[in-house]
Amino acid sequence: MATLIPSSDLPARGLRLHGVHKEFAGQTVVDNLNLEIEEGSFVALLGPSGCGKTTTLRMIAGFDTLSSGRISLGSTVLASDHQQLPPELRNMSMVFQSYALWPHMTVADNVGYPLKLKGYKGSDYQRRVREALATVQMEPYAQRRPQDLSGGQRQRVALARCLASEPRVVLLDEPLANLDRHLRASMEDSFRDFHRRTGATFIYVTHDQAEAMALADRIAVMHKGQLVQWDAPEALYQRPQNAWVAGFIGQGSVVRLPLSSSERLLSSAQVQQALAALQNKPSATEEVLIRPQHVELDPAGVPATVTHCVFKGERYQFVLQLQDGQSLQAYHWQGLPTGAQIAITVRQGWRLQEQPAGSTRPTLASVA
Amino acid sequence: MMTDRPSGALAAPATTGRGSGLLLGWCRRNPSATASQQVLLYALLLIILLLSVLPSLRLLWQALQGWQQGLDAPFIRMLRSAATWTALEHSLYTSLLGTALALLLGGLFALILTLTDVRGRSLWVFLFMLPMMIPPQVTALSWLQLSGPASPLLNTLGIAPPLGSPQPLYSAEGVALLLGIQHAPLVFLALRTHLLAIPRELIEAARLSGAHQRRVLWDILLPLCRGGLWTGAAIAFVSCLGNFGIPAMLGIPASYYVLPTLIYQKMASFGADMLSDVASLSVLIGVVALTGVALQNRIQRQQALPLLGMAGRALDFQLGRWRPWTELALALILLLILLLPLLALITSSLVPALGVPLNWHSLTFAAYQEMLSHQGATLRALGNSLLLSTVAALLLMLISLPLAYLLARRQSPLIHWLHAAIDVPYALPGVVLAIACILLFARPLPWLNISLYGSLGIILVAYLARFLAVSLKPVHSSMLQLDPALEEAAQLAGAGLLQRLFSIVLPLLAPSAFAGCLLVFLTAVNELTVSALLWSAGNETLGVLIFNLDESGDAVLASAVAVMIVALVAALMTVLNLLGRYLPQGVIPWQR
Repeated sequence: MATLIPSSDLPARGLRLHGVHKEFAGQTVVDNLNLEIEEGSFVALLGPSGCGKTTTLRMIAGFDTLSSGRISLGSTVLASDHQQLPPELRNMSMVFQSYALWPHMTVADNVGYPLKLKGYKGSDYQRRVREALATVQMEPYAQRRPQDLSGGQRQRVALARCLASEPRVVLLDEPLANLDRHLRASMEDSFRDFHRRTGATFIYVTHDQAEAMALADRIAVMHKGQLVQWDAPEALYQRPQNAWVAGFIGQGSVVRLPLSSSERLLSSAQVQQALAALQNKPSATEEVLIRPQHVELDPAGVPATVTHCVFKGERYQFVLQLQDGQSLQAYHWQGLPTGAQIAITVRQGWRLQEQPAGSTRPTLASVA
Repeated sequence: MMTDRPSGALAAPATTGRGSGLLLGWCRRNPSATASQQVLLYALLLIILLLSVLPSLRLLWQALQGWQQGLDAPFIRMLRSAATWTALEHSLYTSLLGTALALLLGGLFALILTLTDVRGRSLWVFLFMLPMMIPPQVTALSWLQLSGPASPLLNTLGIAPPLGSPQPLYSAEGVALLLGIQHAPLVFLALRTHLLAIPRELIEAARLSGAHQRRVLWDILLPLCRGGLWTGAAIAFVSCLGNFGIPAMLGIPASYYVLPTLIYQKMASFGADMLSDVASLSVLIGVVALTGVALQNRIQRQQALPLLGMAGRALDFQLGRWRPWTELALALILLLILLLPLLALITSSLVPALGVPLNWHSLTFAAYQEMLSHQGATLRALGNSLLLSTVAALLLMLISLPLAYLLARRQSPLIHWLHAAIDVPYALPGVVLAIACILLFARPLPWLNISLYGSLGIILVAYLARFLAVSLKPVHSSMLQLDPALEEAAQLAGAGLLQRLFSIVLPLLAPSAFAGCLLVFLTAVNELTVSALLWSAGNETLGVLIFNLDESGDAVLASAVAVMIVALVAALMTVLNLLGRYLPQGVIPWQR
């Protein structure tokens, strides 16, 4: 366990994961995860399936135990390797992928159940249930059974139930996976709206990078049980840590270029110079991420050959071949025939950190 | 994907159909339903009509005979008889009391073994399921060996009540007690199936809402599996009602008659109107039983709650420091309802005569020697039972395979109705079926001029009718899981119906067909009710033998035979257990 800040030095609010480690049958699922989640933030755990994000969520909720490490909320330790606060005492709530509405209760009873357990009674109880249903526009359906509702309506009831009890932390486990595209957009708006209104901490698990970028203030990108990058969405897109993150978030190409300077953000001149130097078959090269929108057709630029051209609606997407055979993605408003010889200028590039030896590096193709 | 296309192209003409508005409706998937399928269909139809429908109709016909006599018609006379109503009342009393006990025991075991973190779960389940598989007359016999002044076990321990004190089990409550124990596994299975189907998210959502384990049980789990409890209760009630072995061994000595034993008694007293009388009584008990079944189906439909989400082990209730105590309680209950009676049974089989305590001097294997000696009726009964069970199991497997295929692949109201008809002889009490078979086969078969009555043949036909449902169920559920595309692919490759059946369908259904075969064998080898009325000299079965030996006072030999049967049952169950992992879920009743 590397450099851990003792918990007493941290602000006594927010959710903290300290060296959280989880093994199932000898296999490491979550590997020494450290996260500090500010109170009231909207955080996404993002990664491909099997990266350990759902296990992390379930450990926060208290459904899975930790092999080692510690999870604490404010000054309370929720879980460590030797003690475990049961889920019912954590003051959290969760939106499940399958909504998990109880089929033997009405919509109103579903929403009211956490309130009942908190001891609300009589008119106070009724008012809170009504309010919670009103915020998701489900008041007219209060006496229906969940099975009589559509998918989107169920999702809204689940959300109302989740928020009725005013939890400190709201956990969302791929809540949009079962909805169609149109509904997803409107549910995303509801999540954003709710987060703003309640001020609770939202932790959102997804494998969809667009969803994570659209919703979260901060994203924890996970891969093979490890935290790869923990950053704001813009930073993740503009300054990815390594080639794996670069490939996972957004479009782009990772090209090996000979670089003379040490900055990470490379100017157009620096990239052009490096591209031009490729024809000398340089020996020392480094990984550079080039986003397709930064590639422009320019007669004064370096030569390239069109190898693929796909119509994407608002523009064409190209795959170009550089002089030394490396490929580069680009956009253009006009289609070009395969094999066409063109010249390009790159407006900027981002130097990636080499991953430590031994760790596998997925190529762009393997991520897609 | 390319692979989607062929099946889509095939499905299209199937829905527009060939317009085969024949009696048996349209073919769901294979548009090229051919003459060979029709022949197969009509052959199976005939078998079902003969086995499942004809006996009930014959019985009804007999019961309604002489309706012109008005108040003196046999059916009305039976309804006016006080003995009928007493027996019905006894039947209802013992069955309801037995059902209540079964609910208590089965419910408790289902909740503990499905939900909590007790250790050795599969062993507990196996032990708890045993009473269901042990023949009722063996259960009765072993309990009789456990209690009363002559009990060898109590005598060995020196705690037997004084001679002359009554056997407490010869009473209505004794009958109800054993009925409850015998049928508790039915409630256990129904409730357990429901509990296992509850998605874990529903529990987790409640936990996060602030509900602790006990609240989750009361607020979420029990309401969600209410349907399972009612279903289990209804099945247990119908089974209690039809049980013959227990009230025969415990009730008749106390002159306490329930409907099945009343029918048995009337059968023994030959009289002019005997057949009409027993037919009328059979119709009466059949109506009560089928009402129970209908009630169960209705409850199942009404209480069915759609459960979305991943079904899995619902949750592990952490018992904490209560775990050892819970395990101890389970062990004590099993000791009481299973191990002690079996121990008493074994003890009884090892003493020279009842009332003698077991010790090194009195220990004798004489009963076993007699059982296995060649002159005895035991070996013959064993041979008869094994022969009947084997033949029934194999024949039913042969019928079930094509039947399951057609039931799954073709749909029409008639086929739906046939499927329901198959269940009737199994749902009806065994006595009813036995009487129906006697009525059907009392005279030699037309044209063939062979008389089944008084031969093993009549028992075999009754077994085929009764256990078709047992044999069909696993094969049918496997067949439903079989993707039609597998067959369509073979069809596109040029395989005809028979080729498809033999090269694709049969190999995939084989494990469940074998499981069905074993289940039939297991049930048939234990069978008493049907054979008690259909046996004749030289054609007795194991069940009949135990019953007769006990009736004639040879409880020691009866115990030895019973011990052998229990060993046989346990061995067969173990085989099925080992087979379990190759079968679809739910085929083996006590496994998941």
